[in-house]
Amino acid sequence: MYYNSLGEKVSRKRYREMLNAAKNRRELISAGLTNRRDLFKMGLLTATGMLVAKSGLSSRAWAQPFQQGIANLCAGAGLPASPPTGKFVEPLTIMPTAQTVASLSPAPTIAPNTAAGEVRAAPHQAPGLGFPFPPPKLYHFTQKAISASQSPSLPLQALWAFGDGAHTVSPGPTYVAHYGVPQLTRNTNGLPTVSHNNGFGLPSVTTHLHNAHNPSESDGNPCDFYEIGHFCDQYYPNVLAGFNSDHQPNGDINEALSTLWYHDHRVDFTAQNTYKGLVGFYLMFNQFDTGDETTGFRLPSYPQFDVPLVFADKVYDPTDGQLAFDLFSLDGILGDKFLVNGKIQPFFQVQPRRYRFRLLDTGPSRFYDYYLTNLNNLGAVNPFYVIANDGNLLPAPVQVQNVRIGPAERVDIIIDFRQFAGKTIYLENRLNQLNGMGPVNAGQCTDVNGNPEPTTLAAGQGNLLLQFRVSGTAVTDHSADPATQTFYPLPSTNVTPRITRTFKFDRLNGQWSINGQFMDCHTFRFQVQQNSVENWILENLTGDWTHPIHIHLEEHQILTRNRMPPPLAVERARKDVTQLHPNERTLLFFRFRDWLGKYPIHCHNVVHEDHAMMGLWHVQAQGDDVLVP
Amino acid sequence: MREPSRRNLLRLAALAPFAGGLLARSTAEAEVATKPSPREKIRNRNFPNVALRTQDGRTVRFYDDLVKDKVVTINFFYAQCEELCPLVTANLAKVQKALGDRMGRDIFMNSISLKPEHDSPEVLKHYAGMFDAQPGWTFLTGAPADIVLLRRSLGFTYPDPKVDQDVTQHIGNVRYGNEPLMLWSACPGMARAEWIAESVSWMIRPEAKVG
Repeated sequence: MYYNSLGEKVSRKRYREMLNAAKNRRELISAGLTNRRDLFKMGLLTATGMLVAKSGLSSRAWAQPFQQGIANLCAGAGLPASPPTGKFVEPLTIMPTAQTVASLSPAPTIAPNTAAGEVRAAPHQAPGLGFPFPPPKLYHFTQKAISASQSPSLPLQALWAFGDGAHTVSPGPTYVAHYGVPQLTRNTNGLPTVSHNNGFGLPSVTTHLHNAHNPSESDGNPCDFYEIGHFCDQYYPNVLAGFNSDHQPNGDINEALSTLWYHDHRVDFTAQNTYKGLVGFYLMFNQFDTGDETTGFRLPSYPQFDVPLVFADKVYDPTDGQLAFDLFSLDGILGDKFLVNGKIQPFFQVQPRRYRFRLLDTGPSRFYDYYLTNLNNLGAVNPFYVIANDGNLLPAPVQVQNVRIGPAERVDIIIDFRQFAGKTIYLENRLNQLNGMGPVNAGQCTDVNGNPEPTTLAAGQGNLLLQFRVSGTAVTDHSADPATQTFYPLPSTNVTPRITRTFKFDRLNGQWSINGQFMDCHTFRFQVQQNSVENWILENLTGDWTHPIHIHLEEHQILTRNRMPPPLAVERARKDVTQLHPNERTLLFFRFRDWLGKYPIHCHNVVHEDHAMMGLWHVQAQGDDVLVP
Repeated sequence: MREPSRRNLLRLAALAPFAGGLLARSTAEAEVATKPSPREKIRNRNFPNVALRTQDGRTVRFYDDLVKDKVVTINFFYAQCEELCPLVTANLAKVQKALGDRMGRDIFMNSISLKPEHDSPEVLKHYAGMFDAQPGWTFLTGAPADIVLLRRSLGFTYPDPKVDQDVTQHIGNVRYGNEPLMLWSACPGMARAEWIAESVSWMIRPEAKVG
């Protein structure tokens, strides 16, 4: 039985045409045929602009107004085809380092300054634990509307950005933080009234610092949102986990964090607001991960050779080239344009030496499998090193030929460009994903010839994300050889948990749920006991879907996947997002330490998150015994 | 909401053969129009202006009469549904209470039947009465093809065609939104009623008047 986008039965012939659509698009893109002239030359485009021969492409056009949630597992997410864009014509943008301010007016207060328009859930916890107030570093960030270019082929885009007083950009300025130096950011909502949202986005915000070991009132909880003109002072202690519990007074060095990010987390509107641009990096350095390749672990120096990369996939309306967002998707949103640091398919001029790249997948729903590709030698295996998972340095670098991440996950890699001196190579995503369900599963889909649709695409057939132009002139490189390095050992998991809780991720009549319940800002599911160990079982009851599950406050280690240790070396790591694969059950280890207050657990496919696949819990002096919260 | 005039109904009937292309800029009017505004794009993609009938037997158009210039909720149900729908509809009755006198003035609720062949206005009237539906909460039926078009346009779908065709597994979410301000999200119909009411209330913006 075959179905079209309306869920109607169609002939096998028509079905094949539909399957061809996605495939043709990939072929056209990989053949470099992305502008009208090329298509015209190939006889694929008529003078009136209609696609011929490869007619399947039109099955993805906006012109069919009722395509959302296209009724075929293998035929794509019903998203439109963006207009053609040039590629590798613009250099990579590097986000500026965030600038501090000398003072804030009114001065920060420990209790929320509601009279001045502050919206904060509770007084700051940090000053009571010996942290200075105000802290030595102050920032004033403001969410603002900007008009910015994401490609020379497209008009200026109406985006939302973070401004630090010196720059207002999307992605936002990169924080450079140091352990032992606490800071406070005043986040002010300076967005324009909603009538200027250009089709999506709610000007009501809360900024989460993803994976920070932060007190609840500064976490950027999805329920702590505030409206235009209001602000929230967020105290970032920049302190190691354990400082107020099992590793007093400075915390456990083996819990050091490196690559964090901040993003809007407004309940029900996170997908729209982050898609519109409210994301940025937050890097943490210490005496080992110093940002200077002549000291500590001798990792490539920031910022010249240590480069944060924000990945996002987006769709542009073919009628006017404006950023488009499907407000009515429940499954997830995929783009057909791939952006790095806010530009579609940029190039980066590099020297033949080692670089550290911090790769962040901002979604909304796309998973990536990164490879290095030389288009002139597609058979070559081009290895690189993974040094950190979710921004946490591994016990030791792991050499790989590819690494896979999902929404909100990060991976730090070291590429040694000496092997590519004088050449052009690409960072390529070879993961085959057709809709919001996640990567294509083995045996799920067949192509037009009846062959299985692969999970991994052939070299050069995936999405070319970033072009590296490697100069031929040898340079000095003081960074260490990853093959010889070790970092932090993993904290022990050989501890009996106080409780093992189970979380079942499900879809009940289309309603995303955790243990049959839904997000609600006034309902707390369970209480974790401060300074205790818990094990959490995550179970995927949604069949073919993959859910990237994120838990705030504390990192976890994956003890098992389907009762076996995680098969990949890079997953023997400290994590803050765990991909829950189809029909999978994972067992996670947590130490909840130091801070009190409310935090969420949620799916970080932000479309699922916005449709209630999230729950709140508390850390309190006394824990409860709810096994299935 | 007013009764469409006889002339409008005739115009609608004349357009019926083109219903599928009606919103795809197939009319002469649309062709001369300039590029659509963001609001028009959402309307074109998601709000087919199909004719529906209410529990009071009135004929209304989906966009013009139910959505345009309003803060609304939209969900799908059918009267014979025994598992999900009574839960959700009873929940929406509580939402209606929680919204108080804003119902029918600032906020309008719309429940659309997935079994229009069975759910005549009389059936809907009876069903609405069972849940004590007050003014501002409209139960709707229509031509089966129009209902399918509405359901798909509003994203009440599954990617798996088998599940999508199974009415007993229909999507239980409640969309909420502010049409003129282009704000849309959704929450589970089985979420706590007070939470649904609070979510819908976000659509009445402090900085802008509706309509």
